[in-house]
Amino acid sequence: MHEVTGYLFPNDLHIHWSLMIVLYPYITGLVAGAFLVSSLYHVFGKEEFRPLGRFALATALCFLTVATVPLLNHLGHAERAANIIITPHFTSAMAGFGILYASYFLVLLLEVWFVFRSDIVYRVATTTGVTRWFYATLALGVYDVSPPALELDKRIIRVLAAIGIPMACLLHGYVGFLFGALKANPWWSTPLMPIIFLFSAMVSGIALLVVLYQVVMSLKGWRIEASAIAALARWLWLFLIMTLTLEILEIMTLAYERAEEWEVISHLLTHQLSISFISIQMVLGGLIPFILLAIVVLLDRFMDDRIRNTLTMVASLLLLMQVIAMRWNVVIGGQMFSKSMRGFRETYVPGLFDKEGVVAAVIILVIPFVLLFFFERVLPTFAHLERSRRGSEVGEAE
Amino acid sequence: MEDRELETMLNDVTSEKSNRREFLKRAAACGISFSSFGVVGLILPKEMEAKAELVPYDWDKHRWVYLVDVEKCIGCGACARACRTENSVPEGMYRTWIERYEIPAEGETAVDSPGGGEQGFGPGLQGREIPKAFFVPKLCNHCAETPCTQVCPVGASYSTNDGAVLVDQERCIGCGYCVQACPYGSRFINPETHTADKCTWCYHRVSKGLKPACVEICPVGARIFGDRKNPNDPVNEILATQKVHLLQPELLTKPQCYYRGLDMEVR
Repeated sequence: MHEVTGYLFPNDLHIHWSLMIVLYPYITGLVAGAFLVSSLYHVFGKEEFRPLGRFALATALCFLTVATVPLLNHLGHAERAANIIITPHFTSAMAGFGILYASYFLVLLLEVWFVFRSDIVYRVATTTGVTRWFYATLALGVYDVSPPALELDKRIIRVLAAIGIPMACLLHGYVGFLFGALKANPWWSTPLMPIIFLFSAMVSGIALLVVLYQVVMSLKGWRIEASAIAALARWLWLFLIMTLTLEILEIMTLAYERAEEWEVISHLLTHQLSISFISIQMVLGGLIPFILLAIVVLLDRFMDDRIRNTLTMVASLLLLMQVIAMRWNVVIGGQMFSKSMRGFRETYVPGLFDKEGVVAAVIILVIPFVLLFFFERVLPTFAHLERSRRGSEVGEAE
Repeated sequence: MEDRELETMLNDVTSEKSNRREFLKRAAACGISFSSFGVVGLILPKEMEAKAELVPYDWDKHRWVYLVDVEKCIGCGACARACRTENSVPEGMYRTWIERYEIPAEGETAVDSPGGGEQGFGPGLQGREIPKAFFVPKLCNHCAETPCTQVCPVGASYSTNDGAVLVDQERCIGCGYCVQACPYGSRFINPETHTADKCTWCYHRVSKGLKPACVEICPVGARIFGDRKNPNDPVNEILATQKVHLLQPELLTKPQCYYRGLDMEVR
């Protein structure tokens, strides 16, 4: 039996929403954040993100591909999962999931295709045999890479990227809504929830790109663009400030109101979640990256590239941890107390080899990186560098 | 002769002893079978089942309502045991349970429900003056405005026309959203079927003209089940004339499970 304090409703002893439900908003958050960076270039023409435009898009696609895996692994009857789309019950916030996910996936897939189309055509022209056949399939029979065609591509990409922004926000914000709109749980029930989820999504997505970009560049021996890192650091700092402000605001409001739920939540934050909330989410993953990024952003002019890269990298790694801690604190934290408002579970440690355990979670988190590795093999995510290396003349639509 | 007499007497005594032992054995067996009859008796007799099938159940003709009389509950746990037997509820999960409240003259209120109160309750707070103590049976409130069916993404949780909130085990995908949405802790994911599970008011019995198992077995009448559409049902008079309360009424879930004599400590 689990260690408990106080009185819990007997069915409240169980943590029904496991590590998988922690992972799901984490992954969609990474998608939303990465997509935003790609759209900052494709829609808003932020030139400093040009080196990252395609890579960010590929990252978003790879992560979105596995976003449903933790959910399917969590369902008691995964074989009936399609019922959400076939027979949706529209009073449920969850019923919109299938439609939102599928349509965003489609938009993202289309955008990826248009962005990488000229490279696909180039590969068809320069390869032979099975490889050629593979790229020809990807080309979908369209080989026109004339300047007017590419110009049209560019416009379509801009439209798709523009549609994608609200869709990515919806897909992710709606996860926050799933929690925020449950009146049964005072730790979840706040209209701030979707907004907090959204801002922390941006934080995690940008942080992921900072890390991946630097790692890939180092592995390939290519130069890290100082302007790109500086720009990522600026946006990261902005979104971090927003996220922390909202997260603290929520707690402050609850504390100041001193309503019934505060008795439970204050105990939750200082006991069950003292490490994951106060130490990790607020201090190690909040305050420290805030200071690091403040240094990077405010002292940008005097900063050596290597120091900027390192500080931003450290801040990003901490932020990736902060955001998963936030997901944990919301999802698991919300189940650590009973709806009797009289009792708590003392600890929750997910099993290592459980169906929804730690190993399963790690595998699910590794898959998108593997996908990204293969994506990179098939299509050049850092096209401008590839091209300058091979010195070929391929038009580009990005 | 004397010895013989003594032997016979001894024999008589031992046989009497053995008879007494026999009697006690039989009495115990009788008692066990009698008490188990209470549970077995809940299972629908064959003829009754056949008869019930002849008269189709019309859910539009009923509006079920549940009433818990807190003043009467003695915390014996028979209801929770009957529920587990009747509905094959897996161990560690509860469709109904009993809470014990002990409110001492000074200090914090103590609430417990060891094993759902299924085996009754042991000694409570010791060495303290307890001016107020009571038991509160809990079960699904079958809310009229229930958040659990609202959040079900596939419509597997639904409200029947006669007021019960049920789960279609064939459709439930086991996402657990309803478990999170229920403010009363009435739902759980059944570890055997991997679907959401909850009190059905023994719908399989109710729709055949019987009472839910917990109501049937309650020795003190603390659990009352009735039909609001039947004017002769005693439950209507109680609801009309007595002070009753709901659990967490501020959530506006409109529970169809009323409590008579409820204390403010109960949530």
